[in-house]
Amino acid sequence: MSGAEFVPLSLPPILIASFAAVACALPGNFLVLRKQAMIGDAISHVALPGIVVAFLLTGAVSTWPMMLGAAGAAVVAVLLIQFVHRVGRIDPGASMGVVFTAMFAGGVLLLEQSDTSSVHLDVQHALYGNLESLIWLDAFGWESLLDPVALAGLPPELLRMAVVLVLVTGFIRLFWRPLKLSTFDEGFARTLGMRTDLLGLALVVTAAVAAVAAFDAVGSIIVIAMFICPPAAARLMTNALERQIAWSCLFAVLAAVLGYVLAGYGPLWLGAPDAVSAAGMIATVSGVILALAALFGPCRHRLGQPKGA
Amino acid sequence: MLDLGYNATLVMIGAGLLGIAAGVTGTFLFLRKRSLVSDAISHSTLPGVGLAFIVMVAFGGEGRNLFGLMAGSALSAGIGLLCVTWLTTRTRLAEDTAIGAVLSVFFGAGIVLLTVIQNMSAGRQAGLESFLLGSTAGMLRIDALTIAGGGALVLALVVLLRRPMTLSAFDAEYAASLGLDNRRIDLAMMGLVLGITVVGLKIVGLIMIVALLILPPVTARFWTERSDRVVLIAGLVGGVAGAGGAVISASAPALPTGPIIVLSGFALFALSFLFAPNRGVLAALADHLSFRRRVHLRQGLLALAQGQPVYEALTLRLLRRAGLIRRDGVATDAGRAAAAKALLDERRWQLLRADLASETAAARYDGLTPIESVLTPDQVATLDRALRPTVAS
Repeated sequence: MSGAEFVPLSLPPILIASFAAVACALPGNFLVLRKQAMIGDAISHVALPGIVVAFLLTGAVSTWPMMLGAAGAAVVAVLLIQFVHRVGRIDPGASMGVVFTAMFAGGVLLLEQSDTSSVHLDVQHALYGNLESLIWLDAFGWESLLDPVALAGLPPELLRMAVVLVLVTGFIRLFWRPLKLSTFDEGFARTLGMRTDLLGLALVVTAAVAAVAAFDAVGSIIVIAMFICPPAAARLMTNALERQIAWSCLFAVLAAVLGYVLAGYGPLWLGAPDAVSAAGMIATVSGVILALAALFGPCRHRLGQPKGA
Repeated sequence: MLDLGYNATLVMIGAGLLGIAAGVTGTFLFLRKRSLVSDAISHSTLPGVGLAFIVMVAFGGEGRNLFGLMAGSALSAGIGLLCVTWLTTRTRLAEDTAIGAVLSVFFGAGIVLLTVIQNMSAGRQAGLESFLLGSTAGMLRIDALTIAGGGALVLALVVLLRRPMTLSAFDAEYAASLGLDNRRIDLAMMGLVLGITVVGLKIVGLIMIVALLILPPVTARFWTERSDRVVLIAGLVGGVAGAGGAVISASAPALPTGPIIVLSGFALFALSFLFAPNRGVLAALADHLSFRRRVHLRQGLLALAQGQPVYEALTLRLLRRAGLIRRDGVATDAGRAAAAKALLDERRWQLLRADLASETAAARYDGLTPIESVLTPDQVATLDRALRPTVAS
């Protein structure tokens, strides 16, 4: 494949998908270890009502209000889940199920009630994203990467996703020790005077920021899959958190690149004329990686469990 | 309500039966604290729907046969369920991670299949997207009958299996000692959940069907502490949400059935959450306030009895309102009597708690309970004899 075709059409989506995947996988490591994996699921469901409310308030499909709306909805959902869990004395899984399904239903209803036929805002878009349409029209080949005029025409999602990735990485680097400590031994962290509750909320907010940015670019399926699958697969590869995070980033990038290529070119190889959903294929590839790790990963068993069990 | 069309009536009956069955089935899932497994099951129906469509078209069929699509979705949901179980038992991953992984991967694979179908010539108007959010538009009589019949069948099976499932939910070890196989009971329960998901797919859609399984038992739990009543109330809540939601959505355009059913259920939940006796928010708040009043009154009375000044504003207000002190803070006659009684009660408790032999009774001390409600009159008299020297001095 020539650079003239690859750089404008495939390079930006692959980069965006990889950034999004890593940005979600990083906080996902901690969510999986803290047994909060389903928070990612809840966040990506409630982003829809957040986006719809932001649209109804501003009356336009513009990125920042919608991202704020989705992030706000995520925080509201997390607080509501805590509220139902604590005050109503309902187990966390069920209270999560109550909150996110109701908020999602509210979002769908609002969407149906409001006149959004004139704008590109629908449930399908929120689910699959439009990765394939994030192309770089100003590029003509590899040399465009050095051309400032052409670079200005890059899809804005690419820059946004890169910034979010830097933010997420920065948060985890900055709070590395407290995060690690409170994840593995929350009681001990609290005796050292750490505000583990605030740290937990900060982690969820970081996850929500990553989810919302990724959501805008690639849809919610990748978000849920990337929160959980690469960290879960990495968990089966090693016992050290540092190495687990490295593995999860590797798996995330692998899933993004392989998934995009398979979705775009796989059907052509099989003789079918049209590409399939890249977002869905990336999620599928991440599942295949997890399945392989679950079958052959060196640390796939629980400690103390006999090898044959 | 009576001028519902024939079609809307069919939808209402189907949704009502589905709601009852989902509420009752969901209760056992909720009691096992495994509500979110249903989310994995519902999302993993999607690849089955897509594959069933492709297979039916490949064999020259129409592809939109609801029964065929339901069979396909049941198959792939079953595989998803097995994956969750396998990941949880055979690897070190926790159940929530397994649920999230399975639901996202199966859903992603389903989306891939949907785009494949869109590219097929027969798939242009497949309308399989309606399975995501549910749709009752253009529902055929046979579809409604299938849904109502499926709901009724699941309901009958739940009634048959209710005893072992309750036993396993509350005391799995006792169930095992009776010779019941907990794993098979769990499997049966998940099979029923799977049945509900597949049946409800057409009306509520696979993203929101979990709400029908989770909302009714959570709502019912606020009203009772008995599992058999939770089951009944959950069935009632589910039925009302299903049938009511279907009626509301038929009453006006742009009210999609699935979200309206879910939001009706949520409204019932919110009402129960706020107003249920004992477990509701308002009841808990009232409890808390009355406790606080009693603590303040008691502490105020003890301060009066020992001649200490009271500064705390709430305490002063409570004492004044009860007519125990005058506006200037001096105790009235009634106040002095109540204060003396409180002090005597406190002294008796002190003595009782110092005595190791009466440990059990002393454990009831919370600074509020009058000692007469714990001890018999002659036990109190014994305490008073021991107290007399101090009282006299």
